[in-house]
Amino acid sequence: MKAQRKFVIGSAIILATLVSLAYVGYTESKTYYHTISELVTLQGSALHQRMRVSGNVRAGSIAHRVGRVDFVLEEQGKALPVSYTGTDPLPDTFKDGAQALVEGRLMPDGQFTAEQVQAKCASKYEAAPPGGTAAPAPSGAQPGQTMNPSATPLGAGKS
Amino acid sequence: MDIVGSFALLLAFLAAVYAFAAGIAAVITRKPLLIKSARNAGMAVFGLVTLAVACLEYLFFTDNFSMAYVVAHSNRALPPFYKFAALWAGQEGSLLFWSWLLSIYAFWALFLNRKKHPELMPYVGATLAGVQIFFLTLNNFVATPFKVLAGADSSGLVHMARLSEGSGLNPLLQYYEMVIHPPMLYLGYTGFTVPFAFAMAALLGRYPGEKWIHITRRWTMVAWCFQTVGILLGAHWAYAVLGWGGYWAWDPVENASLLPWITGTAFLHSVMMQEKRGMMKVWNVWLVFVTFMLCILGTMLTRSGVVSSVHAFAESSIGGWFVAFLVIIFLVCLAAWYKNRDYLRSDNQLDSLVSRESSFLFNNLVLLAACFAVLWGTLFPVLSEWVTHSKISVGPPFFNKVNIPIALFLLFLTGVGPLLAWRKTSFDSLRRNFAWPLAVAVLASAVAFAFGFREVYALVCLILSVFVTLTIFFEFFRGARVIASRDGSNLLSAVGELTMRNTRRYGGYIVHFGMVLIFIGIAGQAFNKDVQKDMGLGDTLSIGPFTILCQSFDDVANANYQSERATLEVFRNGHSEMMLYPEHRLYLASQVPETMVAIESSPLRDLYVVYEGRSPDTGKPSIHAHLNPLVKWIWFGGIVVVLGTGLALMPNRRAALVLRPVEQRSWGDAITPESPNVVRAPIRRTDSHD
Repeated sequence: MKAQRKFVIGSAIILATLVSLAYVGYTESKTYYHTISELVTLQGSALHQRMRVSGNVRAGSIAHRVGRVDFVLEEQGKALPVSYTGTDPLPDTFKDGAQALVEGRLMPDGQFTAEQVQAKCASKYEAAPPGGTAAPAPSGAQPGQTMNPSATPLGAGKS
Repeated sequence: MDIVGSFALLLAFLAAVYAFAAGIAAVITRKPLLIKSARNAGMAVFGLVTLAVACLEYLFFTDNFSMAYVVAHSNRALPPFYKFAALWAGQEGSLLFWSWLLSIYAFWALFLNRKKHPELMPYVGATLAGVQIFFLTLNNFVATPFKVLAGADSSGLVHMARLSEGSGLNPLLQYYEMVIHPPMLYLGYTGFTVPFAFAMAALLGRYPGEKWIHITRRWTMVAWCFQTVGILLGAHWAYAVLGWGGYWAWDPVENASLLPWITGTAFLHSVMMQEKRGMMKVWNVWLVFVTFMLCILGTMLTRSGVVSSVHAFAESSIGGWFVAFLVIIFLVCLAAWYKNRDYLRSDNQLDSLVSRESSFLFNNLVLLAACFAVLWGTLFPVLSEWVTHSKISVGPPFFNKVNIPIALFLLFLTGVGPLLAWRKTSFDSLRRNFAWPLAVAVLASAVAFAFGFREVYALVCLILSVFVTLTIFFEFFRGARVIASRDGSNLLSAVGELTMRNTRRYGGYIVHFGMVLIFIGIAGQAFNKDVQKDMGLGDTLSIGPFTILCQSFDDVANANYQSERATLEVFRNGHSEMMLYPEHRLYLASQVPETMVAIESSPLRDLYVVYEGRSPDTGKPSIHAHLNPLVKWIWFGGIVVVLGTGLALMPNRRAALVLRPVEQRSWGDAITPESPNVVRAPIRRTDSHD
C-alpha cells in the first residue's frame, strides 16, 4: 500500500511538472488563425497575439525591398498589406495569385509583419510543396491530394 | 481491368460482411462448419483485394489515362518504379493499400492459427472482418480508385474520356525512399489490428490468462518495428528531400505516425507486467485498444486533412467516416471492457518503488503523457475552435518543452529499469549494478563540460547515453563471462550464445542501444549551424571548418524535369575535400518545383547544402548551407533497433538449460540479485513460452 502511495505521489509530481512545461510551451507558441475580415473586429489583447492569416497574393503586389518583401493578401474583397521580414527565402510557389498563409503579428498601423510565409500554387496540386520552415507530411501518401475528374477537359483523345 | 478491379473490391466487401456475420453466428452456435466458413471468407478477402490492387497497378503500367486516379498520379515518362509506387500516392489508392495490407495480416493471423485456439479464433476473425468492412466500405462506396473520367456534352450525353497524358506523380514522392516509407508506416498502422483483434477476442471470450499476449507478442513487435522504420524513413525523407535542414517539425501528419508508436511502445513494456506478475490487465487491454484507435486516427489525419496541416489546405469529406468508425470502436471497446471487467482483476500489487514493476509503471506513465501531449497539441486547432470558436495552433516549442524531459526520463529508465529486480531491489544490488556506469557517465559529462559543452539537455542526454550504454554492455559482459568460464569458450562466442538463449531479453537490450544512438543523434541538433548567402561565380561561404567555393552553374533537362544546378567545391583547411551539386528542379508534367539537397554525410556531421533558386534581390543563386552534427547516428540507430527487434523475434535456443539449471540461474537472473528477502515463488517465468 505504501509503495502505491509513493508511486501516486511520484506520478503527481511528474505530471505537474509536465503540465507546467506544457503551459509555458503553449503560451510561447500559440498562434491564432484569423481571416482578413476578422482582423478589423479584433480588440484589446487579441490584436497583439501571434496569428496566422491566409489569402491570395494580389497580382503585381509583390515588391522586394532591402531586408523585406512587401505584398498584399486578398480574401473576399478585403486586403491586408503584409511585410515579410523572415530570413528564409520565400517558397518557389509564392507568386502572383498564389494562396498564401502568413504567420506573424499585426502592427498598429494595420500592416502585418510576417515571420513565415507558406504558399501553394494556384495549380491542380492542392497540397503545398515545401515552403517556410516546416516539413510537409512525411507520411508518403500525400495529404489531401485530390482530383476532380469533372474538371478535366474533355475531348482530348476520347475513347 | 477497372471493371475487374471494382468487382473484386465489391466481392471483398461482401466476403468481409459474411466473415463478420458468420463469425458472430459461429461464436454463438459454435458450429464447426460455420467457424470454418467464416474463416475461409476472411481469408478470401485477401485474394480479392490483391486482385483489385493488381488491377490498379495494371492500369498504371499500361498508362490508362481514362482512369481518374491514374491521370492524377502518373504520366508516361514516369519511371516504372514510381508507377508502381503511384498506387499509394493519393487518397483512393492509399485506402485501397490499407485494405490490402490489413487483408494480408488478417490472412496470416487466420491461417497460422487455423488449428489453434478454437474458442478464441471466431472472435478474432469477426473483429478483423469488422475492421475490414469499414475500409472496404470506403474503397467501394466513398473513395473508389476505379473511377473513370466521364463528362456530359451539350446534349446531355455522358461520354467516357481518355486523356493523352497524366498529371504526373507529385515530385516530392519521386524519391526511392518514398516507395518504401508508406508501405512501412501502413504495415505498422494495419499491423496493430491483429493484437487489437486478439485482445478483443480474449476479453469477449473471457479467454483464460495471458495467452492472448503470448499469441500476439510477435505480431505487436512486427507492427512496432514497421512503425519505427516508417517513422524514421519519413524523417529521413523530410531531411533529404524537403531541403529545410531538419527531419522533424511536429507536423500533424508526423505526429499522427508517432502516436500509435508511443502507445505501442508502452504496450510492449507493460505486457511484461502482466506476464510476470499478473498486473495491469485492464491497462494492457486498454493500451492495445488505444493503440489501434490511434492507428485509425493517424490514418484519418493523414488522409482527411481534418487538422489542416499548413501543407494540406485541402479538406476532404472522408473525415466523417473515420470519426464515426472511431466512435463505434470506442463504444465497442467500452462495452466489452465493462461487461467483462471482473475478468481483468489484478493478481498482485506494487511492492516497492525501487522495483522493476515501478520502472514499468513510470515508463508507461510518461509514455502516455507524451502521447497525450502530442495528441493534444495536434488536435488543438480543432479543439480550440470547437470550445472557444477561435482556432489556435501550438508550435514546436510546446511539443519540445514537454517531450524532451519525457524522452530523457525514458532514457534514464532504459538504463535503470532492466536491472532492477522484480518486486523489490536491495541497495546492495543498486550499487553493484549502477556504481560504475554512473561514475563513468558523470566523468564523461564533466569532460564534455570542460570542453565547453553547455547545452543542458544535450549534457543530460550525454550522461544518460553513456550510462545506458554501459549498463547494457555490463549485462552482456556478465552473462557472457559466466557462460565462457563454464563452457571454456571465448567471450565473444559466449555473447552470441547468451543472446540466442534469451533473444527477447538481449534483443531488447540491442533495441535499447539503438534508441540510445537515436537519442545521441537528436541531441546533436543542439549544435546545428546554418549560413545562407547569394553566391556568384568564385564567391565563397564559410561554415564550421568548411569553405564552400562556387564553381559553376548549369541547366539540365530531361523528359521528366528540367533543373538548375550549382557546382560547389568544398575546402577544409585549404584542401579540396569534395564536390557538391545541389539542384533546383521543375517537374514538367506537374509544373511543381523541387529542391534537390546535396548532403555530405559523415558520422560526426552532415554538410547539407541547398540551392534555393535565384535571389530576386541580387539575381545571384542563393545557397543555404547547414552543418548538422551527428544526424547519421539517428539512421544508424534505426538500423540497430530493427536488428534488435529481429533478434527478439527469434526463438530461444535452450540447450544448456536442462543440464545445468543452477548455473543457468546465475546468469539468467543477473537482474534479480539473490537477496534472501526476495520471494521468488509468485514470479511467473514465461520467457520460454514462445
